[in-house]
Amino acid sequence: MGQLPRPRGPISEGILAALSGGAPPPAGDPDPFGEDLHLSLYVCYELHYQGFDGVDPEYEWDPGLLALRRDLERVFLTALRDGVEGGTDVEAAVDAAMIDSPGGISHFLEDKGELWHLREYVVHRSAYHHKEADPHAWVIPRLTGQAKAALVAVEFDEYGGGRYARMHAKLFGDLMRALGLDDGYLARLDDVPAPMLAVVNMMSLFGLHRSLRGALVGHFASAEITTSPGAARMTRALDRLGVAETVFFTEHVEADAVHEQVLRRDVVGDLLRREPALAGDIVFGFQATDLLEGRFGAHVLGAWDQGRTSLRETPDGR
Amino acid sequence: MAGDPTRITMVTGGPILVEGPVEITLDDGRVVRSDRFVVALCACKRSRTYPICDTSHRPKHRRGES
Repeated sequence: MGQLPRPRGPISEGILAALSGGAPPPAGDPDPFGEDLHLSLYVCYELHYQGFDGVDPEYEWDPGLLALRRDLERVFLTALRDGVEGGTDVEAAVDAAMIDSPGGISHFLEDKGELWHLREYVVHRSAYHHKEADPHAWVIPRLTGQAKAALVAVEFDEYGGGRYARMHAKLFGDLMRALGLDDGYLARLDDVPAPMLAVVNMMSLFGLHRSLRGALVGHFASAEITTSPGAARMTRALDRLGVAETVFFTEHVEADAVHEQVLRRDVVGDLLRREPALAGDIVFGFQATDLLEGRFGAHVLGAWDQGRTSLRETPDGR
Repeated sequence: MAGDPTRITMVTGGPILVEGPVEITLDDGRVVRSDRFVVALCACKRSRTYPICDTSHRPKHRRGES
């Protein structure tokens, strides 16, 4: 369970007040990629995961908060749909994800990253990896047949195959501690800016809406296809920086090489056979992932190129 | 000892998928074990984690690009 974050604008301020008895604020007309909207969505979604210290768990189903969440989701979802090419060619989307484009964060870290860059990157990703695989678990009851069986097999692997010591979220915590970072659940949430929160909010959005199950599967396949080469570069970055705790990344090189195959063949392939009408949503999941990961990469590398932090400036700094 | 046959999937241009757990003995006597539900074995010899696939078989460019 995490601590409530600090607000980032009027909507998130209103939501934090609503979690202690106030009325939820109106959504208004927020920036679909802005800090206020994404912290607000992140907090609303977190009520469905571990929740927050001191917050009544019943707020998960508070009609006012759910209505506000829906309004914010519509703003975000509209911007995602407007920001991607669209189409129904799943094979082309898979092929595009297979190409390992240069110029990403893992390339930077492998080539010239310093320890503070690595630590920042890990803090960003903690917004997801503390709950790694959880957003994808929402889709399980929405699938049937081989697609369901195969997705559950991948999830089982994500959770360490029944062994907590090998659960990916646990391996990530081990990495955070090795880097001297607080590995408490969402302990660094205040430092994580909107470009990363948007990536996690996309997963929660796709996971919590049955109507977006195709997009969730497309997102999951995209993530598993693209992470293996990146994880290999991260392993080399850690080696170069003398960080011995590489298991999180070496595990992802091997695991995601398998998950990619299972997701492409048994999850995406089977889902398309059962529900061909979902092709457009599957493609959307691939493209939205690419869009948001691209925005996140541009944000981080843009800051680093100028020698400044990519995290939010907070009193405790780096 | 008749049981279910071991299921193996050959991926064109990719790895060989074997249901885990597996124990692989290499030419030099090294033994590699993996208890993952499916293990992807490298078939292109380019893997840096040989005999386990690390996706090095993938094309580096989009189709039609040089």
